Amino acid sequence: MAALLELDNVEARYGPVKVLHGVSLAVEDGQIAAVLGANGAGKTTTLRAVSGTVRRTGTIRFAGKALGRTGPDGAARAGIAHVPEGRGTFAELTVWENLRLGAYSRRRVPKDDYRRVLEYFPWIDGRRHQQAGTLSGGEQQMLALARAFMQRPRLLLLDEPSLGLAPVLVTEIFRIIQELNQHEGLTVLVVEQNAHIALQLAQTATVLEVGRVALSGPSAELEQDESIRRSYLGY
Amino acid sequence: MSSIAQRLGARGGAGRVGTGASPITVLCLVAAAIFLLVGSLVSPIFAQQTVAGLAQGAIFASLALALVLIYRATEVINFAQGEMAMATTYFAYQLTLWGLTYWAAFFLALVMGFFLGLVIQVVAIRPVQHSVIAVVIVTVGLFVLIDGLVTWKWGADLKFMPAPFGNQVYHVGSVAFSRQDLGTLVVVIATVLILWVLFRFTKLGLAMRAAALRPASASLVGVRVNWMLAIGWGLAAVVGAVAGLMTEPTVFLQPTMMQAVLLYAFAAAVLGGLESPAGAVVGGLALGVFLNLVGQYVGFATSELRLPIAFAVLLVVLLIKPQGLFGRKQVRRV
Repeated sequence: MAALLELDNVEARYGPVKVLHGVSLAVEDGQIAAVLGANGAGKTTTLRAVSGTVRRTGTIRFAGKALGRTGPDGAARAGIAHVPEGRGTFAELTVWENLRLGAYSRRRVPKDDYRRVLEYFPWIDGRRHQQAGTLSGGEQQMLALARAFMQRPRLLLLDEPSLGLAPVLVTEIFRIIQELNQHEGLTVLVVEQNAHIALQLAQTATVLEVGRVALSGPSAELEQDESIRRSYLGY
Repeated sequence: MSSIAQRLGARGGAGRVGTGASPITVLCLVAAAIFLLVGSLVSPIFAQQTVAGLAQGAIFASLALALVLIYRATEVINFAQGEMAMATTYFAYQLTLWGLTYWAAFFLALVMGFFLGLVIQVVAIRPVQHSVIAVVIVTVGLFVLIDGLVTWKWGADLKFMPAPFGNQVYHVGSVAFSRQDLGTLVVVIATVLILWVLFRFTKLGLAMRAAALRPASASLVGVRVNWMLAIGWGLAAVVGAVAGLMTEPTVFLQPTMMQAVLLYAFAAAVLGGLESPAGAVVGGLALGVFLNLVGQYVGFATSELRLPIAFAVLLVVLLIKPQGLFGRKQVRRV
């Protein structure tokens, strides 16, 4: 198993405010990895640094190649799908147009992929002409996953997929993420507030604290450790 | 800088809800269309004025469409749109001087107009696009710059191009239609249709819409947002250039030829709803017909009052329905 994604001493700032102070982590090919931490710990910024949405220093290697100054569009073409905070839905466009945009960086119109999407999200076909902004929160999260799937990425970056969703929907979303990982071989780096469910999903986890890695390791170990539970995971 | 973060925040938090024209608007438009049709069947003069108004309105519509395309992507009114159209018309004029036929010059000038718009976006707009007020000031500067350059190169006196459609008049019963008016309508409608197909049915069009509506999300799926914005400026320049070239046969070529047209186009765009391409087209046609009929049937409304009346329309729209006929109500989630 080689690391698909490696961050080495990555720093990032918004204007004068430094948010990441040298984050290093690695995600193995085919794995689900979680990034946990309190508000403002730099979880979202870590994902943004990987996709090039925020300017960063340090080294980020993806599939053996340094990403350098690659911006978000370049990262997308390199095989990284980033579902950002707010899900990145094109609210004004139709469901189908959202999926079509997911496949934007690929040459051919992927009819086959659309059929695969419907296996995971059968409801989409009947709603494909609907404006995406009129979908419910859970549907928009599923559409975001479907859009990312159409991109056929090697790495999926997910920012708080559980945000604002009812518990039953959270379970459903995480089940689908797990299926995408197992059946499609998709590597996932997921940021979550909900540490409990994230640790059940992910094989490894990294806990951030004000822009630094506080600890990392297999999720089973992190979940067992009482002191870690109390101080970082809050349950 | 943090402009990307700001945009992410700004776009992420803003939800635009509601689409297109309301049923009441559609009803009013259908009623107006029936009124025009019945009037045209009853009175030949009414029919003539309606068609002439549609032709005039088609020119407003195409420049208004250019304004809307840029407003959707850049969120500013491009004050230089009329001058860009005027400059492109001078390119066509120069090409006819070099011996090209009118229509060869027409299409070549549109291609040049596309690159003019693209280069302006890359060189003058992109460096300041993080600030709306800076972009506005740059477009005002471009207005002056283009006006000056054209006057310097070709002079301020009237120039004449070959007539694109000739001066024939068609008679249907007792109604006379000029070939010029019909030709203008056909050219503008064709331009609008081509543009609609491009935006609605092509991958490039979809990417351009995505880049204009949600730049942050668009870049995350691999769209080169800056290029899409530049191409958008190029296309807007082409649509504007069609307005310039169709204006030339009636007012002839001079550096000020598009200045009044820009004001009418602005009124038309606001009437239709600044965010709506369909609104710009309907707004332009409606304004053209309205002004012509008022000029014909309202005694005191002489041609000197055309522009003030257009602005009265603009004012009424802003007071009663600020989002325009086809506009969306802006709803921002906090």
